[in-house]
Amino acid sequence: MFKSVKKWFLPLALVLVIAFTFAGCSNTTTTTAATPTTPALSGSFKIIGSNTITPLSSVWAENFMKDNPKVSIAVSGPGSGVGIASLIDGTTDICQASRAIKSTEITQANEKGVNPYEIQVATDALSVVVNPANPVSELTFAQLSAIYTNQITNWKEVGGNDAPIVVFSRDNNSGTFAYFLEDVVQMAGMTTADKTLQYGGKVMMFPSTEQGVSQVASNANAIFYAGLGYLSDTVKTIAIKKTANDTAVKPSVATSLDGTYPISRPLFYYTNGAPTGVIKAYIDYCLSAEGQQEVLNAGFVPLVK
Amino acid sequence: MLQQDIAQAAAKVTNKGLRRRLRLGERVIEGWIFLAGMLAIVVLLGIIFILLKEGLPIFANTPPWEFFFGTHWYPVSDPPTFGIAAFFVSTLWVTLISTAVAVPLGVACAAYLSEVAPSKVSETIKPIIEILAGIPSVMMGFIGLALLSPFVQSLFHLNTGLCGLTAAIMLSMMSLPIIVSVSEDAMHAVPKEFKEASYALGATKWETIWHVCIPSALSGITAAIMLGVGRAIGETMTVLMVAGGALAVPASPTDPMTTMTSAIASGIGNAVRGGLQYQALFAVGLILFILTLAVNIIAERVLERQKRKFAR
Repeated sequence: MFKSVKKWFLPLALVLVIAFTFAGCSNTTTTTAATPTTPALSGSFKIIGSNTITPLSSVWAENFMKDNPKVSIAVSGPGSGVGIASLIDGTTDICQASRAIKSTEITQANEKGVNPYEIQVATDALSVVVNPANPVSELTFAQLSAIYTNQITNWKEVGGNDAPIVVFSRDNNSGTFAYFLEDVVQMAGMTTADKTLQYGGKVMMFPSTEQGVSQVASNANAIFYAGLGYLSDTVKTIAIKKTANDTAVKPSVATSLDGTYPISRPLFYYTNGAPTGVIKAYIDYCLSAEGQQEVLNAGFVPLVK
Repeated sequence: MLQQDIAQAAAKVTNKGLRRRLRLGERVIEGWIFLAGMLAIVVLLGIIFILLKEGLPIFANTPPWEFFFGTHWYPVSDPPTFGIAAFFVSTLWVTLISTAVAVPLGVACAAYLSEVAPSKVSETIKPIIEILAGIPSVMMGFIGLALLSPFVQSLFHLNTGLCGLTAAIMLSMMSLPIIVSVSEDAMHAVPKEFKEASYALGATKWETIWHVCIPSALSGITAAIMLGVGRAIGETMTVLMVAGGALAVPASPTDPMTTMTSAIASGIGNAVRGGLQYQALFAVGLILFILTLAVNIIAERVLERQKRKFAR
């Protein structure tokens, strides 16, 4: 009896030691993660969310860290949905989102003791792009909707070549995915949204905007949507009109500011409650004239003061 | 003289202490190894428990029937719809084609290495093939994206080269090393007498390989194939990058598609912990786990049979 106890004692003790070590570890990590930033301009925080806003946030973060060497900011852009999920789960300090938070998400957040606080940091003119070889230069909301629901599958139906339309989209992590679905595909140029409209089964979903843009550049029949900041000479932007009677408008800072471009959307930062300390200082910088100049440089539309 | 005595005495003393210490050291090591063994089991049980706990609640929202056979996956719509038929069919397509490409290549390569190639050649080639297994899957994705997809697109006159076929070809390259390595071992284990008897009857090298080596090593080759299949089912990154990501049930392998693994990888980030999409993705993970487990168990069984066959 005694012998068998002895035989088991050592492994058992080791298991307990290891178990407690792990338990200890997890405790310490949660406490450090919960500690907010210090009032002096030092500390570190995370920005997670929209792939669209990532280039802008990266520039802001770099500039802010240059001015405040003791601050470190980590920016990542898997998609607005990821950012909002992280905010709700308490794993990010700032969530960047290219769509507004949904009421169901606010409820979920409140259940977990998180109060999403919304700050608009810039505006984006969501652009529709095709290959430069494509002769089509303008599309209506109804046509875009039909293309993205796979009802129109050939370019000749919208005035182009006799060629199949290869439809690209971001995946459902993306705020742009959700915004484009709700404000273009489901509106389809009507006054109320048709909630039954969904992206068609043949629409190809990409994990990043870069991949979609580069695929459009190499595929003559492709169509994709991307934030203004992602445009380059390798793709052609389409002029958009809400209905066939409107005049088609190309996306730009000017057309977005004067309100003539129909798919402009706000870009947001969300924090848990009103920001304080270093996060507040950072957001103040983003909203300052200097910060808004970077918005323009990054290809987005600055806020009107 | 005196020095020798002292040295002997000292040796006696330290020997005693050494033996005691050794016994203790052995205990510690034994315990440590036991713990390592237990840890693997604990981790496995933990994974199964979490998959069940997080995945099963989805069936309260979506009945299993609709979940498995539903063709619409709209996790962020209101209300969300969860049907994984398209993912399941995509996984099937990709796995089938990658196996169809990798098996003839892999078995032929194994037969060459084991029976035809001079030992110097096979000793050089085998490690090189095994290096192929070590290439990170994201690199395979890059290669598929940059090199293979334009080629597949122009070869089959497709709208886009990002499709199930491209993913399957990249996957076959990734499962090739396992298939070659395991089936080469199996063919190598075929007793020399079998082959000698075959040659003595006047059979050619090809006849010996086809009628003696491959049939005798068949269970080993089967196990190799199953391991390759397991690899193809579970691979994520490459498929996410090159399979195209369309949500329709793919009718042909040249359609863009989303497999179960890439659906989990692309969706889990925006799933709030404990939410419906989170549960649905865990249920997909559960199915994936059951699939790979079944494949591995079959491989294990077959391999055991192979071992018993030649254990004399």
